[in-house]
Amino acid sequence: MPDITTVQNEIIEEFDILGDDRESTIFYIMELGDKLSPFPEEERIDDNIIKGCQSKVWLATREENGKVYFLADSNTDITKGLISLLIRVLSGRTAEEIISSDLYFIEKIGMGSIIGSQRSNGLTAMIKQMKRFAIAYQAKSKAL
Amino acid sequence: MFKNDLDQTTSKHIPFSVETIRAHFPILHQVVNGNPLVYLDNAATTQKPLTVIEALKTYYSLDNANIHRGAHTLAARATEQYEKTRTTVKEFINAPSSDQVIFTKGTTDSINLVASTFGKTYIGKGDEIIISTMEHHSNIVPWQMLCQSTGAILKIIPISDTGELEMEAFSNILSPKTKLVSIVHVSNALGTVNPMAEIIQKAHAVGAKVLVDGAQSTSHLEVDVQELDCDFLAFSAHKLYGPTGLGVLYGKRDILESMPPYQGGGEMIKEVDFEGTTYNDIPFKFEAGTPNIADVIAFQKALDFILAVGRHNIHAHEQELLQYATEKLSTIKGFVPVGTASEKVSVLSFLIENMHPFDVGVMLDAGGIAVRTGHHCAQPLMKRFNIEGTVRASFAVYNTKNEIDTLYQWISRIAKRKN
Ligand SMILES: Cc1ncc(COP(=O)(O)O)c(C=O)c1O
Repeated sequence: MPDITTVQNEIIEEFDILGDDRESTIFYIMELGDKLSPFPEEERIDDNIIKGCQSKVWLATREENGKVYFLADSNTDITKGLISLLIRVLSGRTAEEIISSDLYFIEKIGMGSIIGSQRSNGLTAMIKQMKRFAIAYQAKSKAL
Repeated sequence: MFKNDLDQTTSKHIPFSVETIRAHFPILHQVVNGNPLVYLDNAATTQKPLTVIEALKTYYSLDNANIHRGAHTLAARATEQYEKTRTTVKEFINAPSSDQVIFTKGTTDSINLVASTFGKTYIGKGDEIIISTMEHHSNIVPWQMLCQSTGAILKIIPISDTGELEMEAFSNILSPKTKLVSIVHVSNALGTVNPMAEIIQKAHAVGAKVLVDGAQSTSHLEVDVQELDCDFLAFSAHKLYGPTGLGVLYGKRDILESMPPYQGGGEMIKEVDFEGTTYNDIPFKFEAGTPNIADVIAFQKALDFILAVGRHNIHAHEQELLQYATEKLSTIKGFVPVGTASEKVSVLSFLIENMHPFDVGVMLDAGGIAVRTGHHCAQPLMKRFNIEGTVRASFAVYNTKNEIDTLYQWISRIAKRKN
């Protein structure tokens, strides 16, 4: 599995090809959302809803062999697309990798201007939540 | 005295041509995300004609002074212009006299003023206030707060699937216990025009007073407070091509005079003495502190603009746009209009099947098209329709059929994604 930096650079390159064409960029993000793995219905609970998002986001995690995996869903396609990017970068990594990650790709692909500041807050909330999960797993494994 | 030479462009009469009208609005002539701006969020706020923008500049450049107090020339000039707007508002809504026109921060502020003064004085435990399912939050929450503090009861007029008030249900909940009926004249989320005259007549028959939320009606219809016989009318300047943060409360004289003041401070007093203070006459009793002088003065130019174009012309043009847009967008697969009342202003609320309104809004924004998405500050109304929100396109005097064609093309493309 390529490291976080490599995956981020891949994403930046993909968005570079789309250039300044906002419409294609948005459609592309939505398509990414369409491809997100289905979210398990039993995880669709209030505890998994992320606050701070204008649209609704559900985020669930599990740990397997020292790696943290994320599953997510949203009621809007654009948000789903954005989460799918975060999952692509962060899912299946160790808690340490997730906690120390610097997600520079978000700014590089110009997300702020496309989704507006309100949704940027939502995106920030999603990242925070993912890191919080990682911190919790790390604390648990240290306690063992 | 300084004469704004732009006066000539909007004085008296502007011949109705959309291109001429658009020339008065500098903001419309820009490119957004690579496309010419198509501004269809007029129910949220309208754009401002150049005369309004210039008036603000002129005021601060030449006339700035505090009003109603100074002996000096600038103070007199500012006061004269400020009071001139009041007179124009009086004429605009056909109030019997200009001292029944109170300047506020906006519709929300006007409604809160009534709740805090009239409400606290005349509405008590067990009394009833009637609103409707289609109210804006600013015509819900102040009454909930009043009910909480007084023990009064809030009653709701239900609406039909087309987005019209159930008038029979209204008659049924009206009773001698009803002290106030506070209803939106035109729904911001659906565009429905409510039968205000009938509502007022029925409410008066049981001795209730009526507040009309005119935030959306004053910009599209000729609202005549004497003909309607409403007790209060609240509206905002910013939806009438005027500045933000400014609104009007009209009230019947005897009611305004019998109401206690809203806020205490300068301007609203006759004489202050530690033994007791006497309050100023209306409207000043309700205008504590230094008011929003600049915006009031600039609002004059917005009203001049509307009157110069002619409200019947504005209405006719907007109705044509509404009909054109409704027919055209209805041909798109997956297009679902929300709110299909027989009488509407130029508001087109809709959903695209299988798509969230946010997604539609973000995609339209890529095309330079500004619409509103979400619950439109009317969550109980959204619940009534069992939806989270809608996409809302709302048209003003400067919108064109060309712009609706652009909207149509983009919506068609967007809807195809999922339909
Ligand atoms: C029907 C209605 N009432 C009240 C308001 C509140 O107006 P303001 O925010 O200017 O106070 C609005 C504004 O959106 C409205 O549409």
